[in-house]
Amino acid sequence: MHHVVLERWSRRSSPMHRSDPRAKIVDLLVFLVVLATAHRGLPLIAAALGALLCCAIVWSRLPLGGALARAAVVLPFSLAFAAVCWLAGDPARGVHLAVKSYLSALAVLLVVSTTPLPILLRGLEALGAPRFLLMVAQFLYRYLFVISEEAQHMAKAAQSRGATAAGMLARAARFQAAAGALAVLFARSYGRAAEIHRAMLARGFQGHFETVATLRFRKADLALAIAGSLGPVALRFALERCC
Amino acid sequence: MQPLIEVRNLRYRYEDGTVALNGVDFHLDPGESVALLGANGSGKTTFVMHLNGLLGADGGGGQGSVEVCGMPVDKKNLAAIRRKIGMVFQDSESQLFMPTVLEDVAFGPLNLGLDAATATERARAALDRVGMAGATARAPYHLSAGEKKRVAIAGILAMEPEILVLDEPTTFLDPPGRRSLADLLQNLPQAKILVTHDTSFARSICTRAVFFRNGTVQASGSIGDVVDQFGWDLTPAGNASGR
Repeated sequence: MHHVVLERWSRRSSPMHRSDPRAKIVDLLVFLVVLATAHRGLPLIAAALGALLCCAIVWSRLPLGGALARAAVVLPFSLAFAAVCWLAGDPARGVHLAVKSYLSALAVLLVVSTTPLPILLRGLEALGAPRFLLMVAQFLYRYLFVISEEAQHMAKAAQSRGATAAGMLARAARFQAAAGALAVLFARSYGRAAEIHRAMLARGFQGHFETVATLRFRKADLALAIAGSLGPVALRFALERCC
Repeated sequence: MQPLIEVRNLRYRYEDGTVALNGVDFHLDPGESVALLGANGSGKTTFVMHLNGLLGADGGGGQGSVEVCGMPVDKKNLAAIRRKIGMVFQDSESQLFMPTVLEDVAFGPLNLGLDAATATERARAALDRVGMAGATARAPYHLSAGEKKRVAIAGILAMEPEILVLDEPTTFLDPPGRRSLADLLQNLPQAKILVTHDTSFARSICTRAVFFRNGTVQASGSIGDVVDQFGWDLTPAGNASGR
């Protein structure tokens, strides 16, 4: 699964990996704003920001091809919207949408792949993100794998009794059975959530999530935060003046 | 000598009307290890969930009294009681919810109000005790079933409880994992309550057994006598099923 690979990458060693998550999050936010608000000369700006991201990926000792491929996970969604824009007679907007969403995903992937999740969440919390949302994100990340495994087990059980994916959609009765299976998966997930909550209560949880991860913001992190923020801004201004 | 746990005439009815406990009396003395035996649905797990207030502490659905170390299990004493009783759940997957093993084991000590350094120290000591000292940075879903169980126990030991409650501890374990868990539990000084169907495992840990049927205690005595009385032994010398 994607998140297992990303977690493995996040445990590697590089200057980017060792940086404080707050510096990386600030850089990411600035990058996303610079990209999202760019209109004039977007092809050039997108190419420059893409090159900047590729340099950062190489600097972080991550596999460039793997990262580029994994960021493409957003394309089915953004291409669907791009197609709608195309049909509405605004193909340029569709292309902008697809390019911006891909580069945004690549930037997020770079941060997630160079920061172990507990540290990343700690950084988000230090920057004022709501604890409740962070807790939901953490549980989602942790149990995505378990729920996916449960779904696979259910699929295998159905296949062993003659079900096929095409057959599930072909007839109304089978479609109902597939919908029922989804409901069972939901009920199991709900049951799992109740169990986890009980386990948390049994270990003294009182609504406040503490972790052992501690953060240290050094001079090098400040330098990264400044350089990583100013880089995309400067690139955009320079290229917009050229156009 | 004051018992660690004293339960008198405990009754509990679930919201759907199912009567799970129908007048249970029970006690646990310091240093004692007791096996709770009985068929599925006989009330064992519902019973142990009353011991640390996961059920019944709010007064809903239950009657009778539960005291742990002289404290009645009610909302006022919940935090103190959850320090005294460590509960290991049947499915370790639900108990290991943090992204790394070390963070998971430190979760309980942090909830006790310990600072990050002390909680980490306790977590490392507990992991060392269960033979998982080398797994601190691993993600829980990368562990085998036996390793998950050990880490789940470490998460409880790190809270330094006086009583261990283990719900079906041998579920999902292969014979070597089961044997190694028995060795581990035999060397832990805490009083223990084992909810189990595995009578040979129970014999290796416990001296006394309590037999549940239809939400009541049918018998209490030496483990050999109780197992013989209800024909609950699966070993070749015993009977194959309960009556």
